Amino acid sequence: MTKENNWVELCQLSEIPERGCRVVVTDEIKIAIFRTHTDDVYAIEDKCPHLGGALSEGIVHGAQVTCPLHNLVINLVNGEALGPEPMCVKSFDVKKEDGKVYLDLVPVKKEAA
Amino acid sequence: MKKKLVVIGNGMAAGHMLEELFDRGNTDYDVTIFGKEPRVNYNRMMLSPVLSGEKKYEEIIIHDEEWYKTNNVDLRTGVNISKIDRENKKVIDDDGNETSYDKLLIATGSYPFIIPVVGHKLKGVVSFRDLDDVDLMQEAANRGGKAIVIGGGLLGLEAAAGLQMQGMDVTVLHLMPTLMERQLDSAAAYLLEKEIEQRGIKVITRANTEKIIGDEHVEAIRLDDGRELEADLVVMAVGIRPEVKLAAEAGLMVNRGILASDHLQTSDPDILTVGECVEHGSECYGLVAPLYEMAKVIAANLDGDMSAKYTGSVTSTKLKVTGIDLFSIGDFAEDEGREGIILRDAAGGIYKRLILEDNKLVGAVLYGETGDSTWFTQLLREGTDISEMRETVIFGQNFQGGPPLDPMAAVAALPDEAEICGCNGVCKGKIVSAIKEKGLSSVDDVRVHTKASASCGTCTNLVEQLLSLSLGDSFNPNAPKPMCPCTPLEHGDVRRLIVAKELKSIPAVMQELEWETSCGCAKCRPALNYYLLSTWPGEYVDDNQSRFVNERLHANIQKDGTYSVVPRMWGGITSPEELRAIADVADKYKIPTVKVTGGQRIDLLGVKKEDLTDVWADLNNAGMISGHAYAKGLRTVKTCVGKDWCRFGTQDSTGLGIKLERTLWGSWTPAKVKLAVSGCPRNCSEATCKDVGVICVDSGYELHFGGAAGLDIKGTEILCNVTTEDEVMEYTTALIQLYREEGYYLERIYKWAKRVGFDRVREVIVDDEEQRKTLSKRFYHAQQFLQIDPWKEFVDGKDAHEFAPIKPIPLEAAQ
Repeated sequence: MTKENNWVELCQLSEIPERGCRVVVTDEIKIAIFRTHTDDVYAIEDKCPHLGGALSEGIVHGAQVTCPLHNLVINLVNGEALGPEPMCVKSFDVKKEDGKVYLDLVPVKKEAA
Repeated sequence: MKKKLVVIGNGMAAGHMLEELFDRGNTDYDVTIFGKEPRVNYNRMMLSPVLSGEKKYEEIIIHDEEWYKTNNVDLRTGVNISKIDRENKKVIDDDGNETSYDKLLIATGSYPFIIPVVGHKLKGVVSFRDLDDVDLMQEAANRGGKAIVIGGGLLGLEAAAGLQMQGMDVTVLHLMPTLMERQLDSAAAYLLEKEIEQRGIKVITRANTEKIIGDEHVEAIRLDDGRELEADLVVMAVGIRPEVKLAAEAGLMVNRGILASDHLQTSDPDILTVGECVEHGSECYGLVAPLYEMAKVIAANLDGDMSAKYTGSVTSTKLKVTGIDLFSIGDFAEDEGREGIILRDAAGGIYKRLILEDNKLVGAVLYGETGDSTWFTQLLREGTDISEMRETVIFGQNFQGGPPLDPMAAVAALPDEAEICGCNGVCKGKIVSAIKEKGLSSVDDVRVHTKASASCGTCTNLVEQLLSLSLGDSFNPNAPKPMCPCTPLEHGDVRRLIVAKELKSIPAVMQELEWETSCGCAKCRPALNYYLLSTWPGEYVDDNQSRFVNERLHANIQKDGTYSVVPRMWGGITSPEELRAIADVADKYKIPTVKVTGGQRIDLLGVKKEDLTDVWADLNNAGMISGHAYAKGLRTVKTCVGKDWCRFGTQDSTGLGIKLERTLWGSWTPAKVKLAVSGCPRNCSEATCKDVGVICVDSGYELHFGGAAGLDIKGTEILCNVTTEDEVMEYTTALIQLYREEGYYLERIYKWAKRVGFDRVREVIVDDEEQRKTLSKRFYHAQQFLQIDPWKEFVDGKDAHEFAPIKPIPLEAAQ
């Protein structure tokens, strides 16, 4: 991570269901905050790169989520779709500290491929 | 005129001989076959998985009745032949009926040896030989308690593992110092014993049974060292003896088995013999591969090709206990001039030993890792000189000549003569050419056409690899269909193992059944959640995170992320109050679309997620509950107005529809379930394309099932006719419960019924009153935990986090 993080406190980790998700809404964007079965947290835009489905409503398995609309699987770590075509959603830095979850609202910029 | 071929014994050997004969296109014979067991030919090797609950009888049938019919074979089941009259060339059964023959094939097999100790005739002492034995053992297992298996050989250990999986407390008694001493050396036997004991089965070696104690039923066993062990069931699995009585009494030459020439002729040239009753070259065989080799020779000879000869077999052994990999072949006794090569990794539970003589492989024992068994078998059979690769041979085929190959390349490198299926003696060349010539595309196809992997199934992987090599990317490995990429197991396997191993949570299933992912995927998790829910009602706690969003939120997600809400309207009947409440809700929450559905309900489309609980609260207040329009469960019961109004109506179809809906709502099923009740055969409610349909007639009710009008269009089939509403309820709940217990996730009733057979469903639900009543009872039992309105639960505050975003983020923080 090269950028300076600007952390916003969100909630207790326990407020997000295990293998589940909560949503953060700002004026501009909906961000889905996922908690995996290993208590890792990830944040990506709540919008499937395929047809805009709410990823926050998908089934969470490992560090992946399956979109509820057409079953596209998204890697939570980097927002990339595990489909035949390369697609990606915005991902955000999150961290947990003392049982609390913090989010950086500036999306992680992908290095030029 | 056709010649008369009579076969005594309807086991695997006889069945295989006939199959080989018909495969040759031979129609020279009128075949009559007598079987003592009251059933068709099944795969005796698969009795262990039946005992453990991992397979069902139907799955181990080799030849069904249809097969005998198609091939014009006169099958007489449950008939015992008691005499052969060689002079007049006929056989005589217990009732004195005579059947004459031109050629006679004796395939009487073997019988289990029972140690003649005191008490061996007590109730609860059984052998492990046929399906009746398995039934007896399963009955005993249902009562629970302690089982003692006498005999620590292949059969005994499989019996022990099966009984343990069925929940019994099992002890194995073995006379010799180590288990399976005929197939394993002491080091491998030690690893095996350790593994067996880790599973909770006690093993006592050097155990000599002195007597079996009990009045009528077995109570205990006493060993000759004075130890007494309690027992509710004793299984004798100490070996088999060739069944030669009939042959001996007919004056044929008999030693241990029936003496047979290379053409498998007995001392009477018109009488042939095949199977475990045969003694050839002073050997009697108790494994399937040699029997099949014999069968092939006889078929060729009967077909006029006398060049085929049986010259004896080298046998190999695999233990069919889930999770234990063990293989042995050939001779591994220590001897002068013999050398052993050993690889031992005690921590990894791996042990391999090869026995060489004159630089050739004469025996092998593999434990824990048996991937190279095919290759070693080939080296042994072909007598390959291994001096060149002596130092590395134990590491297996991949290690020879260069860097390790991937498994696919290893299979590709096998020569055409390499044996793939040891049970049925099928080589690589035969499989590959069958795939090409007959256009086979699945493992099932290969099984049907070549028999490869059709017996014990351990070579299924190899067959799949051959398919993939031959067909490239067009090979669809989905048949047999694993549930999902997380496991090689099929839905049916998983369902059975959940019951057999009493798995009661998703993590337990994934651990025990060795899931390849740590957390499953969106395919298997909802399926497992359903299987557990339907198997352990009242016990299993529903895992909301394993449900598709519609079932988690009890509303249907739409393409724009809003939801649709359908309140239940029992039997399609509504009232001004309900309609007013629906109209009010639509106004209040600005619901853009209100639509009547195909199932006679009202659908409110375009509800925002954050409004859901309020919408439900208002509908609840007007007396309405969730219509489960999103559920893999009961959706709707569609009705017509019936005799109250209609001039053709014969019964109260609306009332019956409401009754059905009130009984069935809330139940989870493998896929959605839609019903309809029509008041007369004009069928206004379209009952004949529903999962379950009722057509009222003057004399009562015609019950239908297995219809569909979706991706597939299919008319229903008739289940039966009944006369009262109570019967309608009993039959319907039993039918749905059977489907709940057997259906694969996402498999509609019509697909399930097609898979298990519409006739079988009728047999269980219609012909078997006891099963019907038990099923119905189980349905009602489960319903008491399921008939809770999910909307009300949410309105009362359950899972409130589902509907609210985390606190709004102030704009300045976002900058």
